Amino acid sequence: LRDGVDAAAGPPVREISFGDAIREALAEEMRRDARIVLLGEDVAEAGTPFKVVKGLVEEFGKERIIDTPISEAGFTGLAVGAAMTGLRPVVDIMFGDFMTLVMDQVVNQAAKIHYMSGGKWKVPMVVRATMGATRRSAAQHSQSLHAWPSHIPGLKVVVPSTPYDAKGLLKSAIRDDNPVVFFEDKISYAKVKGPVPAGEYTIPLGVADVKREGRDITLVATSSMVQVALGAATMLDEIGISAEVVDPRTMWPLDEKTLVESARKTSRALVIDEGYFRYGVTGEIASVIAEGAFYDLDGPVRRIGARHVPIPFSPPLEDATVPTERDVFETARRMCNR
Amino acid sequence: MTAVTNQTTAGVDVERSGGPAQQDLYVRMYRQMTAIRLFEERANDLYTRALMPGLAHLYIGEEAVAVGVCEALRPDDYITSTHRGHGHCLAKGAEPRVMFAELLGKEAGYCRGKGGSMHIADPATGNLGANAIVGGGAGIATGAAFASKYLGNGRLAVCFFGEGALGQGVLYEEMNLAQLWKLPVIYVCENNLYNEYTHCSETTAGDMLARPVAFGVIAEAVDGQDVRAVHAAASAMVDRVRRGEGPGFLLFNTYRFRGHHVGDIAREYYRSKQEEQQWMAERDPIALHGQWLVAEGLTDEATLEKIQQDLIKEMDAAVEFAMTAPYPDPAKVDEDVYA
Repeated sequence: LRDGVDAAAGPPVREISFGDAIREALAEEMRRDARIVLLGEDVAEAGTPFKVVKGLVEEFGKERIIDTPISEAGFTGLAVGAAMTGLRPVVDIMFGDFMTLVMDQVVNQAAKIHYMSGGKWKVPMVVRATMGATRRSAAQHSQSLHAWPSHIPGLKVVVPSTPYDAKGLLKSAIRDDNPVVFFEDKISYAKVKGPVPAGEYTIPLGVADVKREGRDITLVATSSMVQVALGAATMLDEIGISAEVVDPRTMWPLDEKTLVESARKTSRALVIDEGYFRYGVTGEIASVIAEGAFYDLDGPVRRIGARHVPIPFSPPLEDATVPTERDVFETARRMCNR
Repeated sequence: MTAVTNQTTAGVDVERSGGPAQQDLYVRMYRQMTAIRLFEERANDLYTRALMPGLAHLYIGEEAVAVGVCEALRPDDYITSTHRGHGHCLAKGAEPRVMFAELLGKEAGYCRGKGGSMHIADPATGNLGANAIVGGGAGIATGAAFASKYLGNGRLAVCFFGEGALGQGVLYEEMNLAQLWKLPVIYVCENNLYNEYTHCSETTAGDMLARPVAFGVIAEAVDGQDVRAVHAAASAMVDRVRRGEGPGFLLFNTYRFRGHHVGDIAREYYRSKQEEQQWMAERDPIALHGQWLVAEGLTDEATLEKIQQDLIKEMDAAVEFAMTAPYPDPAKVDEDVYA
C-alpha cells in the first residue's frame, strides 16, 4: 500500500502526472455537479500557461470554463458572491504571488462571512494557486505563500505533493462548504508522476500521509519538499539512518496527531518547506511537534525553509534559496550525530 | 448605450399619485423611512448612554435611498450593504428587534452577536451582508448576479456603497466583469458628500457618472432626498436589468445628517454647522415626503403622526427586547468558523 493505492483491490491504476491529476479532479467534479464553474485568466482554450486545465472548455463549454480579464480581485470577489448564492466556483490564480491581489476577497470576505453571519451564509469555493521556485521566473512569479492563508481562521489550505493526493484532495476541496486555498507546485505539474486509480476516490482534508516509514528521524515535508525529503531519505539510508517522511498534505486542518506520533517514535524531527523561513509554516509545525513530543525528543526540532530573500532570477542565485536534498541530508545527519 | 447625466426628480403627476396601490406604496415608504430614522436615533441613544459596544454609522438623512431602492426589489433579490448599513437592512425587511440584538452583541441578533452593526446579514431577506471594507460588497453583489444569471432564477443584486468606494479599484473590476457578462446587478452609489471626514471633491477626480459610463454601464444621477424619484429611477433600472440588458448604476445625491459615526460629534473642522442645518431644514427626505403626501391629499397629518407613534412603540419594544436578551455563551466562540 503506497499513497493509499491498493493496486490489487480497486480499478486499474495508471501512472499520471501531477497536472493530469488536477485536470482529472476538476473534470470529474464538474461532471458530477453543474454548480461548479472555473474562473481565471486564460483557463479556456489556453488551458492556463501550464496547460493544466487544457481540454476542459471543450467538454464543459465557455459558460463553465470562463476566461476572465486580468483582474484577480474582480473575479475572486465575484466567486465569493457566487459561492454564497448557489454556485461552487473554482478560481485559478495563475501565480501564487498574485495572492497579494486577492487578499481582501479571500481574507476579509470569504474567510469571515460564515462566522460574521452567525453561520448563516456559506462560501463553498476553491482558490487554486501555484507555488514553487526554480523556474527562473524571478521574485514575483516564484513564491510559496501558503503560510499566509494558513494564518487566517475560516480558510482551509491544501498543499498536495503527489498526483494521487492532488486529485483526491482537490475533489474534497471542491465538495467542502468552506473557502479552500489549494496550492499546486508548478515544477510538479509535469515532473512528478505517480499511481492514480482510474476510479472514484477522495482524500479527507486534515489527514497527513506517511510517505516513507523510518525509525531514526522524522522529516516533515510539504508540497515540493516531499520529493526532496524522499531523496534525502534515500541518501540517509546509505549511511544507516532510517528516515520517516511525513506529508501533512493540508496546512489547515493540520493533522497534529500524526506529526507528533511520528516524532515521538523517531525522537527527532526536521521540518522542510519551500515557503519563506521566518514566520512560515515550518515554525508552526515545529512548535506543534515540540509541544506534543517534547519528552520523547532527543534534541530540538529543526527547520529548513526558503532563504529569507526575494527570489532572485540568476540560476545559481535562485538555486541557493531553495532547500535541497543535500541540505536536508546534512542537517538530518548532524541531528543523528553521524 | 447612453447615460443620463442630468439629475432627475419625480414630479407630481397623475400616474405617480394615482391608484390605491401607488398610494399604499407612498405611505409605506414614509413609514419605512420613519422606521429607519427612529431606529438610528435609538442606536445613537444606546451609544450615548454607553449601552452599545463599539460604534455605529448612522443612516439619518439618507433614508430615501434605501427605501426607494428596496421597494423596487423583489423579496428574493439580493443586496449588499455597507458599514452605514442599518437603513439598507431594514428597508430589505430586517426585523428591528433582531437588528438591535445584533447591535448589542446578543445571541438573538442576526449574526448571533458575531457580526455587530457593520455585518448584519440575513439570507431570509436576501441580505448578503453589510460590509466593513469600503467597496467590499462589490464582488459579492456581482457574484450573486453571476449566480442568478447562471441559475436562471430571475433574481438581481443591488450593491449599495458610498461615494468613498469610488476610490476602490475592485469596484471597477466588478463593473467591468458585470458589463462584459451582462450581469443583473445595480450599483447604487450614495453620494453623501463625505468620505469619512473628507469632502468628496478632495478625493474624487472628474465626473462620478463618467466612471460607470466608461464601461458602457447605463448610469443616472437622481435626487436622493426625494423618495419618489429614487423609487422611480430604481424601478426603471430594475426592469432593464431584469430583462437581461446588463448592469446599471444609480448615483443618489444625498447627505449624511450626522457624523461619520456616533462618536463623530465635533465636525466643524470638515463641514460647517450652517451646511448641516440647511440640509436638515430644507432637504430632509421624510419631511419632504410627508409634506407631499398631505399636499396631494394622499393622507393627513394625523395619519402620519399615528404612523410615527406606532413606530416609536415598536422601536422602543425592540430596544427593550435587545437589552434584556442574553449574550452568547463564551464557550461558543469557536462555533461557525467553518461550515
